[in-house]
Amino acid sequence: MKIFQLLIVLLTGGLLIYGMEDLPGWGDPSSPPSIHVSPRYIEKTVEETGTPNMVTSVLADYRSYDTLGEATVIFTAGVACLLLLRKDAP
Amino acid sequence: MIVQYENIIIKTISRILIPFIQIYALYVIMHGHYSPGGGFQGGVILGASFILLVLAFGAEASQKRISLKKLTVLASLGLLIFSGIGLVALLMGGNYLDYGKLPLPLESIPKIRAMGILGIEIGVGIGVMAIMITIFLAIASYETEGKND
Repeated sequence: MKIFQLLIVLLTGGLLIYGMEDLPGWGDPSSPPSIHVSPRYIEKTVEETGTPNMVTSVLADYRSYDTLGEATVIFTAGVACLLLLRKDAP
Repeated sequence: MIVQYENIIIKTISRILIPFIQIYALYVIMHGHYSPGGGFQGGVILGASFILLVLAFGAEASQKRISLKKLTVLASLGLLIFSGIGLVALLMGGNYLDYGKLPLPLESIPKIRAMGILGIEIGVGIGVMAIMITIFLAIASYETEGKND
């Protein structure tokens, strides 16, 4: 059984490494995100969101759904701490 | 519980420092549009100021200002502001979290979007602050409760 699990792990790892071949190189200027997404954020941030800070506009406007998820993760962590550590959790 | 530690230096210094830390935290939250900062960072600084209050004056004495019940309400309120702004945009006919559709009396859509960003930063700030203090209080008050058993 142990051998079977090891085989599955090796197979999955091998597939992932094989899939990595097709990823664009690190910092490749011709990769799709560098061609379409980044220039759009850099050029249109002030025009579209009225926010000079690009990081804030990406974090809170273009990718706000992601930020909502992050806030939910922190909230869940706090509630889990309360439930695990306090007997009189409100 | 963290008990009060009688030391005039710690108390005086933290009494002087806490208002400045809180003002700086509010600045970091509100100024996230123009400089590094935002809801998460400002919320953590604001939470740290309250943790300093608890460390200097003891959990018993600061119970009047920060209790776990209030903190739970605040944490939920922060997340509610965030998702509520998204829901308002949805109700006004836009996509979820599409700030351009918020009903604000401003002349142009970018300005409304900037206000929407500010709104969710405030929500995140309140939530992160409350959760930081909650985790600190929960962990700090755990040991003594365990010893009593």
